[in-house]
Amino acid sequence: MIDHRLARLAGRHRLLFLVTVMLGFCAGLATVAQAFEMAGIIDAVFLGGFALEATVRPLVLLAAFICLRAALTTAERIAAHRLGERVVGEIHSRTLAHLEQVGPITLGLEHSGDMQMTLSEGIDDLGTWFTDYLPQLALSALVPTTVMVLVLTQDPFSALLLVFTAPLIPLFMVLIGGAAQSKARERFTALARLGAFFLDTIQGLTTLIALGRIRDRVDAVRRVTEDLRQRTMGVLRLAFVSALALELIATLSTAVVAVEIGLRLLYGRLEFRDAFFVLLLAPEFYLPLRLLGQRFHSGQAGVAAADRIFELLSLPVTVSAPAAVGSGMAPPEVLELRNVHFTYPSREGEEPRTALQGINFQLQRGETIALVGPSGSGKSTIANLLLRFIEPTHGSISADGLPAYNIAPGQWRRHLAWVPQEPHLLAADVADNIRLGRPDATDTDVKEAAKRAGALYFIEQLPQGWNTPIGVRGARLSGGEAQRLALARAFLTDAPFLILDEPGAGLDPESVEALEHSMSQLLQGRTALIIAHRLSTVRRADHVVVLDQGRVIQTGTFAELRSSEGLFSTMVRSLGGSP
Amino acid sequence: MSTAMSERRLEFSQTMGVMRRLMTLVLPLRWSIAATLTLGIATVGASVGLMGTAAWLITTAALHPSIADLQIAIVGVRFFGVSRGVFRYSERLLSHELTFKLLAGLRVWFIESLAPLAPARLLDRSVGDLLDRAVSDIEALQSFIIRVLSPPLVALAVGLGIGCFMAWFSVGAAATFALFFILAAVVVPAATWVWAHAEGRSSTISRSRLGDAVVDFVQGMPELLAFNGSQSHRAKIDTLRKELARAEHHAAMTDAVTTGAGVLLTHLAAVAILIITIPQVRSGNLSGVMLAVLCLAAVAAFEAATPLPQAARFLHQQVASAARLFEILDAQPTVFSPAEPSTTAWNEPGEQSPSLIFRNLSHTYPGTTRPAISGLNLEVGAGARVAIVGPSGAGKTTLAHLAQRFWDPEAGQVLIGGIDIRQLDLDNLRRSIGLVSQNTSLFCGTIKENLLMAQPSASTSELQAACRYAALESTLSELPEGLDTWIGEQGQRLSGGQRQRLSVARTLLQKPAVLILDEPTAQLDGPTASALLQQIFQAFEGTTTLHITHRLVEMENYDAIVVLDKGRMVQQGTHSDLVTRDGLYRRLWEAEHSMW
Repeated sequence: MIDHRLARLAGRHRLLFLVTVMLGFCAGLATVAQAFEMAGIIDAVFLGGFALEATVRPLVLLAAFICLRAALTTAERIAAHRLGERVVGEIHSRTLAHLEQVGPITLGLEHSGDMQMTLSEGIDDLGTWFTDYLPQLALSALVPTTVMVLVLTQDPFSALLLVFTAPLIPLFMVLIGGAAQSKARERFTALARLGAFFLDTIQGLTTLIALGRIRDRVDAVRRVTEDLRQRTMGVLRLAFVSALALELIATLSTAVVAVEIGLRLLYGRLEFRDAFFVLLLAPEFYLPLRLLGQRFHSGQAGVAAADRIFELLSLPVTVSAPAAVGSGMAPPEVLELRNVHFTYPSREGEEPRTALQGINFQLQRGETIALVGPSGSGKSTIANLLLRFIEPTHGSISADGLPAYNIAPGQWRRHLAWVPQEPHLLAADVADNIRLGRPDATDTDVKEAAKRAGALYFIEQLPQGWNTPIGVRGARLSGGEAQRLALARAFLTDAPFLILDEPGAGLDPESVEALEHSMSQLLQGRTALIIAHRLSTVRRADHVVVLDQGRVIQTGTFAELRSSEGLFSTMVRSLGGSP
Repeated sequence: MSTAMSERRLEFSQTMGVMRRLMTLVLPLRWSIAATLTLGIATVGASVGLMGTAAWLITTAALHPSIADLQIAIVGVRFFGVSRGVFRYSERLLSHELTFKLLAGLRVWFIESLAPLAPARLLDRSVGDLLDRAVSDIEALQSFIIRVLSPPLVALAVGLGIGCFMAWFSVGAAATFALFFILAAVVVPAATWVWAHAEGRSSTISRSRLGDAVVDFVQGMPELLAFNGSQSHRAKIDTLRKELARAEHHAAMTDAVTTGAGVLLTHLAAVAILIITIPQVRSGNLSGVMLAVLCLAAVAAFEAATPLPQAARFLHQQVASAARLFEILDAQPTVFSPAEPSTTAWNEPGEQSPSLIFRNLSHTYPGTTRPAISGLNLEVGAGARVAIVGPSGAGKTTLAHLAQRFWDPEAGQVLIGGIDIRQLDLDNLRRSIGLVSQNTSLFCGTIKENLLMAQPSASTSELQAACRYAALESTLSELPEGLDTWIGEQGQRLSGGQRQRLSVARTLLQKPAVLILDEPTAQLDGPTASALLQQIFQAFEGTTTLHITHRLVEMENYDAIVVLDKGRMVQQGTHSDLVTRDGLYRRLWEAEHSMW
């Protein structure tokens, strides 16, 4: 009934949990006292014929207990909310910190819509578990036991009845709970799938429209939502049946107690006051159990969400941060890849893809290396390795002879700037997007970086200029414009090492000319690894490394490689340069 | 103070407006809703019945009557004991069934309404925002029938019913009950509504900002890591989370206080009724038996008032979510299908590909002042292949957008086969135009599923043929599951070249009358790009083709080349013609080839 991983989480907030439960328990005690006073007053007036004046004291006491009960109930709810909030805050930041260590390559295998759902709705469900379910679980053990003991002192026969019916409630919960749990998991998966499906649909909306196939997609949406509806109803039907069972046990038992004490009263075997007290207590005996039953559904959802969250938390860490070795590292003189192999992680049941097989090369401080090769030859993998998104399967990467795994990735990356192929633009304004690598940069610096990247002219034409928020995946910006923003980021970061993924791609010849100018400026005194698709870039490089199927097949200067037969000269010819 | 008042008043009238619309939405379900309400009333009624009868039974028994006098009460207690659970169960089942039908309908409606808005009307909305509306906002409306609409009506019926019942025995007791019930069912919820005023809106805003930040964290992780920005981004997420927690904390406080107030009012009502009725019992105006009955029945009746503060709090969320939905549902698309579309279609096999003509075309994007296209005349003859070149911002992509009617031009016409595209059904028009661009989306699923998107009825051999023409065959043979290979989110499991070939294969299956290429090779390296372009030309031999490019290679392949600059046509001709003349084309061409 209680997931041990969740229990461990609760254990870290023991004090708050105990306070919550104690407040709830005391509210339960106030309820008992209230019932006792109430029974006393009714007895005194009904059978004793007391006047109002004679019942002032018990009436005041009764009102006092009611006020106490209300105050304790309020306090319990506040404490429970605090508990949920704290656990959720902790698990949320822990999960994000872990995902960061898992890194983008492994995460690329996961579904980001799915993940987003887990990180929002999933986390909320978990919070509800701690706020609503867990304290109630404790109370449903404490309060009925206390009530039962009190009834025992007044009327052992009724107590016996309560003792017999009470275990039926947890029994039913467990019986139905097992089925409900798997249904709730299915439902959560369906909800996550719906999230992923909508994300996919919204991101691809323009393509769907261009294909003229939006109606088919709407039909698919209908199918996915219908599936979700049926699963949800499946979960709810079970939840309602279990609630029905609990409700029946509680109300029927109350009815049975009422009839039983009524009959014994009739034959004079019980005092009226005791009988009325028991009648008032009977519903209170079942109330915590019924509340637990009502919250069972949210308990289930919490466990299902916990499954997904703990799944994320158990994803393997790609690049482990070492103990503080090499902190405050100075910019290295040489980066070296020695006999580097890499195989991408794969989903279950799929062949892992080998991307690199024994790569050797050095990147000396101040030089520019152009990586060339057909798509899929392993160029991006080398960039991913140098960015420390992944670690080599075999072989090593080192900086000035110090193995990379001894250097914290954050330290390592401090000396790198990166211009990716398809830059992700954050949901922020243009200026903040450029500031990514240097959040404290002044407006002047940002402007200067944008100017150097050739981004100034279009930024200033945007409706809100620098403060323009960037929309659906940067829909306001063209591919070339997004790339220029990525360049501006690199300019602003001002790191000694550069990793440039296809810098010229997406830019027209006129801008390329301007860009080449600023790039040569940037490259001065800096070290660069360029995944090159343009020959102008290749020609400027000090060294060219030609890759094919994960191996280095040619290295040399541009002039050397152009004149010798091989993949490189074939690639050069295919551009069909001469007029 | 007065501004706060007028703000509340404004919010109240907005709430009423949104509620009215929600009501029209559920109007078709009114009979089922009536049944739900009846069952809800019966449930609380059974509770009241159980406690009232039980109290009557015990107090009467204390007077030691004959057992026969108790029989009816005994039966009553048992009846109410059983029926309450059954009523509650049926009510829940019915109301949830209703609700989820409503939600499923809303989701479909949302996507149906969203689709015509793309891309023109969605430029300033983030994916996270739209996703929130599609998933969370619609999910939020699930409490509409269950928690917002039905509880007040049930409370009204129960309050009236029990009030009348009590008045039969003691008008004073009934009045007391009414006072407390109104406090619990009207005053507390109203106070909740006022307290929760700001919280609903601010929690919705922080929720969507948090959603965006999480999307950025997951999808933009490479950039965040590379620029050492992930820690501060996580700190930002934490801050947003705390902001949300603050808004929700306010809600939790309101919730806790109203729960406490509910307990207080419920039981103090019993105390007040005692105070009123004890003298009546003494004076003989009320039987002692009824003293207990009235107290217990009153307490049980408050069950109907308990959910109301929550309903009031939900109301804000409901209104905010519903308003966000209506914003999308009400937005007007920029373009519409004609009422009576032309029946022309060009997808007959072997039919001649139609011409594509831009006549006197001018267009300025909303929010900008400089025209993207002005006074353009361009004719791509039937079966011809025309290249459009020019610097960034020359208006090249705008032509593709106008041909697909993402926008309608401010002036001028686009004609396919001599027919103004505004006379064609939108889906028909877009299926007639094949588009391969540098950022065509692929969908999460298998290769086959992505291909079937263009032509749901295509057979496996047609799919294979399309892959062959798109030079995707060797890739397929390397993949263990062939066509059934899962390509990941947005096709991320494929390389750039493979993704483009897949989108070419998809376009082939579409059998377009006219082909528009919008820099399909922009992200590819030289050899891959040249090979892909050759394969596209071969596969679409004879199809009227407009190729938007800034890569001036193999320009001899085009029947005509049109040079655009700042939205105007500055040059037109064949490659051999243009390259010998002084002008923008020659400058562009030299820039492209100066590297050799």
